[in-house]
Amino acid sequence: MSRFKDDGKKGTPAISTASLPDIIFMLLFFFMVTTVMREVDLKVKISLPEASETQKLEDKALVDYLYIGPPTSKELGTEPLLQLNDQFARLDEIGPWVKANNERRQEAEVPKITRSLKVDKDTHMKIVTDVKQELRKASALKINYSTSRGR
Amino acid sequence: MLKRRKLEGPGEINAGSMADIAFLLLIFFLVTTTMDTDVGILRLLPPILEEETKTEVNQRDVYIVLVNDADQLLVEGQPMEITELRAGAKEFMTNPANSLDLPEKIPVTAAICREQIANYRSYVASATDEKAKQDFQKAMEKWEDKLDAVTLLGDYKELPGNAVMSLQTGSKTSYNMYVKVQNELEAAVTELRNELCKEKFNRRYSDLDEKRDEDKRIIRAIRMVYPQRVSEAEPVDLSKPKV
Repeated sequence: MSRFKDDGKKGTPAISTASLPDIIFMLLFFFMVTTVMREVDLKVKISLPEASETQKLEDKALVDYLYIGPPTSKELGTEPLLQLNDQFARLDEIGPWVKANNERRQEAEVPKITRSLKVDKDTHMKIVTDVKQELRKASALKINYSTSRGR
Repeated sequence: MLKRRKLEGPGEINAGSMADIAFLLLIFFLVTTTMDTDVGILRLLPPILEEETKTEVNQRDVYIVLVNDADQLLVEGQPMEITELRAGAKEFMTNPANSLDLPEKIPVTAAICREQIANYRSYVASATDEKAKQDFQKAMEKWEDKLDAVTLLGDYKELPGNAVMSLQTGSKTSYNMYVKVQNELEAAVTELRNELCKEKFNRRYSDLDEKRDEDKRIIRAIRMVYPQRVSEAEPVDLSKPKV
């Protein structure tokens, strides 16, 4: 009996934190593996519209992005602009951009490329329609209206 | 002191800060990580036609959805709220009352399919022109698909080939509204497909797995009955007086 009493006096021993680094490392590796670095610097502000009937874009390697929205820097005004890759682009630059992206890939994959339109929800349709026309001219017909998953 | 160190070798490195370093890295990756896979509404744009071909389309076969600059809807000439659009689109696709303003649904039965397949087979056999032969071949395959759908789902009524839901917007329509309308049209088709799938197979259409052959067949059959037909029409100037 007296032995038990002695233990009680000492209180509960501190929890060993020796395995803490291991746990943290495990998490670290998980995030290192799943991480995808943002490829482009967004120069336009985009808040996506919501939709419920969405589909996932499966193969990320076969998706090209077009960004349309008001520029982040105030000096450029508030009119929505188009961004391709890392810079602002004019409408007539879409054709060459599509072509360059097609040439980057295997010929058999070209018809499977989706152009994903990331458009700010407050944008007017004019620029979107114009961009769509340019895509049609460049025979990039498979498009995706990128949305956030709502509801 | 010196002597003792030599004997023991270099002292053990303190590993206490290891956790801190790992934490730092972990936080870095936590912040930079983007887990989101892109989701959205997939659409096919129509190719640009070289020569203007004016095809006569029956009024009843087109479901015209206009969205004006103030984000208001005009559907088939009637003002409408966005909440009613889904039901409207479903009615257009099914035409339950056989209304004369909505597309005429064509019944498809196994007998008709077999007859058409036999017809096209003889056309293919007798065709001399290579291009005509290919066209007949394509038409025959289409009827074979329909026969497949009939065997799976039973006789059904098909939407005419040129029936479309046409979405037109003004230049100042907000993109948000545009996506909302696209979403409603998509939802109408999805709901119809779900209902059909539930009725025939007691499963949800969205639960079907495209990678399984059996499911793939069902998906194709259901798509035959309720095709996705939203037209990404040529931009139209809405400010002009309406026709």
